[in-house]
Amino acid sequence: MVTNAENPSLTSSLLYLDGVSVSFDGYKALRGLSLVLAPGEMRAIIGPNGAGKTTMMDIITGKTRPDEGEVLFAGATDLTRLDEVAIAELGIGRKFQKPTVFESHTVGDNLLLALKAPRSAMATLFGRPPADQQERIDRILETTRLKDLRAKPAADLSHGQKQWLEIGMLLAQDPRLLLVDEPVAGMTDAETAQTAVLLREIAKDHSVVVVEHDMGFIRELGVKVTVLHEGAVLAEGPLDVVSADPRVIEVYLGR
Amino acid sequence: MARAGPPFLDTRGIIFLAILIAAAVLVPVMALAMPPGSFFHMPVYLVALFGKYLCFALLALALDLVWGYCGVLSLGHGAFFALGGYAMGMYLMRQIGSRGVYGNPDLPDFMVFLNWKELPWTWWGFSSFPYAMMMVLLLPGVLAFAFGWFAFRSRVTGVYLSIITQAMTYALLLAFFRNDMGFGGNNGLTDFKDILGFSVQAGSTRAALFSLSALMLAGSYLIARAITVSKFGKVLIAIRDAESRTRFIGYRVETYKLAVFVVSAMMAGAAGALYVPQVGIINPGEFSTTNSIEAVIWVAVGGRGTLVGAALGAVVVNFAKTWFTGVLPEFWLFALGLIFILVTLFLPKGIVGTMSQWTSRERRRAGGAPAAAE
Repeated sequence: MVTNAENPSLTSSLLYLDGVSVSFDGYKALRGLSLVLAPGEMRAIIGPNGAGKTTMMDIITGKTRPDEGEVLFAGATDLTRLDEVAIAELGIGRKFQKPTVFESHTVGDNLLLALKAPRSAMATLFGRPPADQQERIDRILETTRLKDLRAKPAADLSHGQKQWLEIGMLLAQDPRLLLVDEPVAGMTDAETAQTAVLLREIAKDHSVVVVEHDMGFIRELGVKVTVLHEGAVLAEGPLDVVSADPRVIEVYLGR
Repeated sequence: MARAGPPFLDTRGIIFLAILIAAAVLVPVMALAMPPGSFFHMPVYLVALFGKYLCFALLALALDLVWGYCGVLSLGHGAFFALGGYAMGMYLMRQIGSRGVYGNPDLPDFMVFLNWKELPWTWWGFSSFPYAMMMVLLLPGVLAFAFGWFAFRSRVTGVYLSIITQAMTYALLLAFFRNDMGFGGNNGLTDFKDILGFSVQAGSTRAALFSLSALMLAGSYLIARAITVSKFGKVLIAIRDAESRTRFIGYRVETYKLAVFVVSAMMAGAAGALYVPQVGIINPGEFSTTNSIEAVIWVAVGGRGTLVGAALGAVVVNFAKTWFTGVLPEFWLFALGLIFILVTLFLPKGIVGTMSQWTSRERRRAGGAPAAAE
């Protein structure tokens, strides 16, 4: 076994998955998945349905525990021992596949709840809001183009706007790593293009993992791509190289 | 531009508090100062009846706090109400002293009847009013904490949680039915004589208990309102809307649920404690599962997630119950079921929720800013 000191990709990585396997009722969702993400990197993850993309997200965020394998954050923290809240506190934010925002809260309150601040019941019940709270919310509303919708209940937003609000909530958490699951599913072409711009902007000062089906969108992101297939990595590299790989064509792109 | 949050007291809340305070002042005047022949005179039985409604309103308010805001549908809130009632009942039993049928200065009648020689340890301290009042809050609070600790940590949600809350109140029902529990068994606690030295039958005591119920409801409303307009309250609504999302944002959902569940149970306990001296009896029937379900219907009828609506729903439904059981007693449960179905079909947001929908629609039509959503 390789110890931490001998493995440079581990100590310098933000996220490190090695040999991760998990099965549900005998179905192997992940079989020895390994992935290394450098600090500040944006990575796109593609793969057919059932390739294990969402399961991988579940494992990183503590929703699912792997049967075996290592999951380390920032080279030191073992994520398999922590629950969702502890992992969120570490600085890993997640956007779900289906947009889940707090429907009966206004757009502004959705961001307020996500904003990095003490999360304890005592703090939210008796604490004073930080002075720069409104400013931070304003900035995120600006970035996500939701400024005019601030006082609207999130339930009234369009599908695309909900996706942006959710990305905005991720930003508000100010995480070190953002996991974004299918951000452009169900979006119009114009919305997809705007989302690509938004994510590239975010990637300037955050590490991001994007899971997506939409090839055009991945091309616009212009980042390194990891192809998953049957719970393991099939290929990794720039999109053009990966999409020329005959194995990738066979399992995914060619169909 | 800074968006102002909802004001601590909105118009609805101010009207609600004004009515309660007015009632707390006027009802004693009408009951005690007005001559019996006067149009403004209120007979004592009505004072006790309205006082009972207010206790139910407080139970509904407590339930709305967990169900309407946090999405925890408790079908066992009657248990907290009954526990508070029993704590008060035990104090009232100790006040009887040697005036019971058997004239035993140390033991309540039912213990003499069971041939018990000494007071069980569970009754220790209940002759002291402050101790009993502490227990009124502590017993439901501790039960809610223990129950919530396991249930919320194990992430029991939705109907499963509702079912185990039913099981909780049913288990207590069976336990309190047993004579050897030492709480009066089947018959419960009754024949109360006085409270803090005042006769529980006296009109002035009834009026004072009514006013206290009104003020307790007003105070609890202020507490509930403070909770729901705070950021803590926003987290509760977030949990109701999307629990796992709230968790991924980094909130300890189980802590929030536990906190609000305990506060709500204590309010329900206080309601039970005020209820018992006004109706003059507490028995295991108060733990029955239908009581808890009825409370849920009050909240649904009034409008959940509105606080004021929950209290209003309790009064409206119980008023209907009083009237109906006078006219067609056998059919009340059918009528209650019908009310629930009609409200679910035609007023899914309840009375108050539907009213605020109308007013915000009117306001929008008038060209004003849309009302802040609750």
